[in-house]
Amino acid sequence: MTASQAALEAVFDAAVAADERIEPRDWMPDAYRAGLVRQIAQHAHSEIIGMQPEANWITRAPSLRRKAILMAKVQDEAGHGLYLYSAAETLGTSRDELLDKLHSGRQKYSSIFNYPTLTWADVGAIGWLVDGAAITNQVPLCRCSYGPYARAMVRVCKEESFHQRQGYEALLALSRGTEAQHAMAQDAVDRWWWPSLMMFGPPDDESTHSAQAMAWKIKRHSNDELRQRFVDIAAPQAESLGLTLPDPDLKWNEERGHYDFGPIDWDEFWNVLKGNGPCNEQRLSKRRKAHEDGAWVREAAAAYAGKHDGRHGNDNHGRDDAHGRHDEQHTHTHGEAGA
Amino acid sequence: MTARTTTGDAGATTVPAATLALGDDALVLAQRLGEWAGGAPVLEEEVALANIALDLLGQARVLLSLVGDEDELAYLREERAFRNCQLVEQPNGDFAHTIARQLYFSTYQHLLYRRLAAGDSPLAGLAAKAVKEVAYHQDHAEHWTLRLGDGTEESHRRMQAACDALWRYTGELFQPLDGLDLDTEAMERAWLDSVTAVLGRATLTVPPGPRTGAWSAGAGRQGLHTESFGRMLAEMQHLHRSHPGASW
Repeated sequence: MTASQAALEAVFDAAVAADERIEPRDWMPDAYRAGLVRQIAQHAHSEIIGMQPEANWITRAPSLRRKAILMAKVQDEAGHGLYLYSAAETLGTSRDELLDKLHSGRQKYSSIFNYPTLTWADVGAIGWLVDGAAITNQVPLCRCSYGPYARAMVRVCKEESFHQRQGYEALLALSRGTEAQHAMAQDAVDRWWWPSLMMFGPPDDESTHSAQAMAWKIKRHSNDELRQRFVDIAAPQAESLGLTLPDPDLKWNEERGHYDFGPIDWDEFWNVLKGNGPCNEQRLSKRRKAHEDGAWVREAAAAYAGKHDGRHGNDNHGRDDAHGRHDEQHTHTHGEAGA
Repeated sequence: MTARTTTGDAGATTVPAATLALGDDALVLAQRLGEWAGGAPVLEEEVALANIALDLLGQARVLLSLVGDEDELAYLREERAFRNCQLVEQPNGDFAHTIARQLYFSTYQHLLYRRLAAGDSPLAGLAAKAVKEVAYHQDHAEHWTLRLGDGTEESHRRMQAACDALWRYTGELFQPLDGLDLDTEAMERAWLDSVTAVLGRATLTVPPGPRTGAWSAGAGRQGLHTESFGRMLAEMQHLHRSHPGASW
């Protein structure tokens, strides 16, 4: 390491130690940048793939009110994906590059979205448990050391908390409904509980990125700490819902001041992560198909912008223009306006 | 179809029979647009299409609630009792078909709601609120018509094909609506002017065919629909119908 690099690193370390925010133009270690790109991209991908299991029920939602709530939620998820891709782009990557990595399987998304939504109650269970777990993970990220990510998280968390309450409320309606509805709710919670606990990632002693991420204040708490926090919140909520959680070992531990809970099936977790979950193939195929089927639309928008940039300079729809195009074409389109 | 009478403090207000037709238009198109979720060509369109669908669903809920119980009306009527125009029930097709359907319908809805907002029917208040949403929908559809029509050779070909294919369903939009005092002939002229101008700017030609099918003029409004509609309703209604009397 050269002397000037050491000096830069010292400034960076001091800023992190003082809880200051790192901003896009600040110097940062390459590994900090790469780690953030990986994490933010995976987060963005999760929002985009996460639309699928819920969108699966939009056309079948059992009341118009629930349909409207679900549509709004899926729309919010696309919006969250957009904020997060923008945050990642401040680190010198592009949305196209990240989507490419998602489509080719080089970047991951949250393993939870590889489980199927088999009944309407799954939509409620996802809102309550999956969004609940996401919020537990994401609230500390609002204080993450990288400014653009922290700010994106503030907006995302507000909307997620709203979705979580709606999910809880949808499950409550089922739980208090007919016998068949109650059974539907219980079945959904039985299927989503363990996958939700897996959302916090591997146990601390197997988590490869954790120590460094915590040292850099990207992460504030360990996987196991957050998982425990989530169980402590969810267990009493399950009770007030009138539903049980599928864990015979779950019980309050007075001494620890926490709920004890049973062992997680890590084989299943790693298997889903490797691409062998129930819906991995289906989720990625659908995403790739949407992208491929949309190529002619993106090409049309870019070609149109190429012809009309000069005349429609203020047309804010023009932001759609270059999606999915290679950088070279992108530059061409925007660099030779009106050519 | 008989108009339902609602009684409030201020006495009886008669809801025009056409309320159901307008509510069904919005509901059915919202359902079609909802099918796009997760499959749009770019993320911005995921947001835009869902946004339009939500606006329409909101309109449908207000309109259907004026007629009766929104969920009973949406989930427990069969195909022959729906009064939506055939245009909105047309399958999404490719993105060009979705945009052509939206261009034709939003242009119509904008003209309609502007007139209703200016009038004194019980729908004036709803129309005044919805007209802002509908102006956005029309703008969105027009911009995409331009991009696709005047984009690449392929997009031009697809957009023209979509405009041609849906043209026959546009005549129905200007059948008089039961209980609403509208100059539908003037609306039709304004609609043709507007659509013709957009197609022209998009380097597309106004479709040559008739604007009605052999027997389809006003058919949707009489509960006569196209074949894909029943399947759409089966999907939309099956869960609600599987749990009679349940609340959600």
